[in-house]
Amino acid sequence: MADAGRHPNITIHTLSEVVDVKGYVGNFNVRVLKKARYVDEKQCTSCGECSNVCPVVFPDEFNMGLSSRKAVYIPFPQAVPSSYVVNMNECMGRGCSKCLEVCDKKCIQFHMSDETINVKAGSIIVATGLEPYDPREMDEYGYTRFENVVTSLEFERLVNAGGPTKGDVIRPKDRKHPESVGFIQCVGSRSKKKGGEYCSNVCCMNTIKSSLVLKEHNPDISVKVFYMDIRAFGKGFEELYNRSRRSGVQYLRGLPGSVEELDNGSMRVAVENTATGRIEFHDLDMLVLALGIKPSNGTRKLQEMLGLQLNPDGFYLEAHPKLQPVDAATRGIFYAGCAEGPKDIKESVTQGTAAAARAVRLMHKGAITSEPITSMVIESQCKSCGICAEVCPYNAISVDVKKKIPAKVNTAACAGCGTCAAECQFGSIVMNHFTDEQILSQVDTMLGENAMDKILTFACNWCSYAGADYAGVSRLQYPPNARLIRTMCSGRVDEKFIWHAFEKGAPVVLVSGCHIGDCHYIDANHWTRKRIEKVRKKMAKKGIRPERLQLEWISAAEGVRFSNVMADMEKLRQKVSTEEIAETAKILAKKDQKTTRESGHA
Amino acid sequence: MSLNIAPETSCENGARIGVYVCRCGLNIAQTVDCEKVAQSAKGIDGVVMAKDIAYACSEPGQMEIREDIREHDLDRIVVGSCSPRLHEITFRRMMHQAGLNPYLLEMANLREQCSWVHMKEPAAATLKAEDLIKMSISRVRLLYPLYEETIPLTKRTLVIGAGVAGIQAALDLADSGYEVVMVEKSPSIGGTMAQLDKTFPTMDCSI
Repeated sequence: MADAGRHPNITIHTLSEVVDVKGYVGNFNVRVLKKARYVDEKQCTSCGECSNVCPVVFPDEFNMGLSSRKAVYIPFPQAVPSSYVVNMNECMGRGCSKCLEVCDKKCIQFHMSDETINVKAGSIIVATGLEPYDPREMDEYGYTRFENVVTSLEFERLVNAGGPTKGDVIRPKDRKHPESVGFIQCVGSRSKKKGGEYCSNVCCMNTIKSSLVLKEHNPDISVKVFYMDIRAFGKGFEELYNRSRRSGVQYLRGLPGSVEELDNGSMRVAVENTATGRIEFHDLDMLVLALGIKPSNGTRKLQEMLGLQLNPDGFYLEAHPKLQPVDAATRGIFYAGCAEGPKDIKESVTQGTAAAARAVRLMHKGAITSEPITSMVIESQCKSCGICAEVCPYNAISVDVKKKIPAKVNTAACAGCGTCAAECQFGSIVMNHFTDEQILSQVDTMLGENAMDKILTFACNWCSYAGADYAGVSRLQYPPNARLIRTMCSGRVDEKFIWHAFEKGAPVVLVSGCHIGDCHYIDANHWTRKRIEKVRKKMAKKGIRPERLQLEWISAAEGVRFSNVMADMEKLRQKVSTEEIAETAKILAKKDQKTTRESGHA
Repeated sequence: MSLNIAPETSCENGARIGVYVCRCGLNIAQTVDCEKVAQSAKGIDGVVMAKDIAYACSEPGQMEIREDIREHDLDRIVVGSCSPRLHEITFRRMMHQAGLNPYLLEMANLREQCSWVHMKEPAAATLKAEDLIKMSISRVRLLYPLYEETIPLTKRTLVIGAGVAGIQAALDLADSGYEVVMVEKSPSIGGTMAQLDKTFPTMDCSI
């Protein structure tokens, strides 16, 4: 920590949050909101005089509310930056000003205001950490009702030499030294009902550690651990577990059903011991809940800003679970620590180092090669209508509608979603590597033989195509007549691809993309949705059943959903008769003739 | 491995296509009849060569394709193997090494979206694989070379979150000579780690 604080290459902005991200790999423009500290962190010597005179008392967050702090405070003695901070919502303001008077260096400045900082960066590492599970939801353990039921993090502060009791373990209600302590495992983990369904990875080992700390403090203390499975899978873990058992810690297989408080403030735990098959009651002076790990609160907001994906548990989704464990699917963004999933310190450090190496690998040349999959305007055909510029999520297209100056694409800013090409009414935009001809040739070949048996699916590269891959990796079986055509974004799926497919005999067409809000191209899939709605309305008008065109959002982690959607599409396909397909082809062919005639007249 | 060299043909735009059906050991071959799929590609307009191959992504596999490119003057390649999300970069690099434009490559996803998801229906899976290869051939014929642009880059990393993982990443980058900007929402860096007492498995202090 201290190393990071004094490193000449590191700038630390605390009390800060990312509020906006623009740009792309190599050249991100990030806006950071830095909230006022009201103390000049460079001048402050952490003498603490201000805090001594401050009359306002609040619970100390760092000690999990087990002690108090003032409105001007230092989060903890080793804090970096080593500076006090004023919580303005708590401070009595100018009416008091006691701290201002005692600060010799005059570092406390009430007039300080929030500032916005613009950061240019070539790469971004997302290390947003975790949020402990809120145990109030699992009230059978009595966290809200009984003072002597504490969380694992509160316990951490109680045994810490730097904590509120200076490491003297006492129970909160009567400050007595407990003679027996119970630990309940998997609070908020591995449950379909409450908390997460996943294993939080660290709680078993954390409890084993805590049990040893207790035994070190007092070898005669009775420690009981209620668990469903002990997972001691890491290097040196089993050894620690054995040490804990040898020191007399009792491990009981079974999670308690209820907790009651006894007259002496102790806890009575009712548990079915699954080893003996009996209901047992254990009286314990104090109870510790081993909290699971949840994604940090800002995860969703940052995910939208950066265009990232989340797994079903709410943690960031890596580009590949084994081969690219710290890369985001978006180039130039990497993950480290619990942001990507629950993990212990060693793993977090490993990932931090890995993310740094990946960032160096990207940046060391000082230049970056851009993907050539961008759009191109055929100037001679462009009518300067401006729709392409309107739909572009990256503002990469400029066009002067009034002066009728044709559209122009800034290829460095173009990310290659292809929405402009799909929305252009005049066929004046070519999407490189995903041209109309290239995609239509895939459609034609697919439908060249036995068209009526096939499920034509357009899938976006980042979510639904990846979701199909995930179904594959999970060996989920689905109807073998599904055929995927990959586009970079569902926004590329031109109306004419759909009409062409139906004319060529497709019984059903599925367009699939990222969930709204998760689009890899900011919000390009909004245009997909609008377009599909429009096409379905037109289908109804023409006498073609609109249900034959489906739109589904499937994320990269939703392999199960992908296979279910395919099964549903197959059911839908079976309801489309040969006659219906022939009728559709006839309707659409007629329309083609009509347009040819019309253009002939013109 | 069977060599299924089709009579030398070229299509309208003169494309000379090589088609490779990867068996991926048994990952694809246990469900999909790879030899049959390769056979089905033979004779399609522009396909000069079509064969199945044990591991297309392995160095011997890539070398074989590169040699074919040289020997048969191939200018476009279809690889039917795993997901392009996994190995498109690998095969684009191979194209580049063989002197071809990397964007004249098309992949058919015969593993994640064929053999692994239709394991109990080998005939239907093989039929689907043939379709996917044919679709790729149609597409590869219409691909044209694309060229990457080099753009300048800012040698600076933004680290969001200053817990143990963020600090480690920042220190490694800073020690390697890169500028790092850390953004932390609380008043101090350190994250959850700073609140812990001793840490497992070595029982030492966290800060």
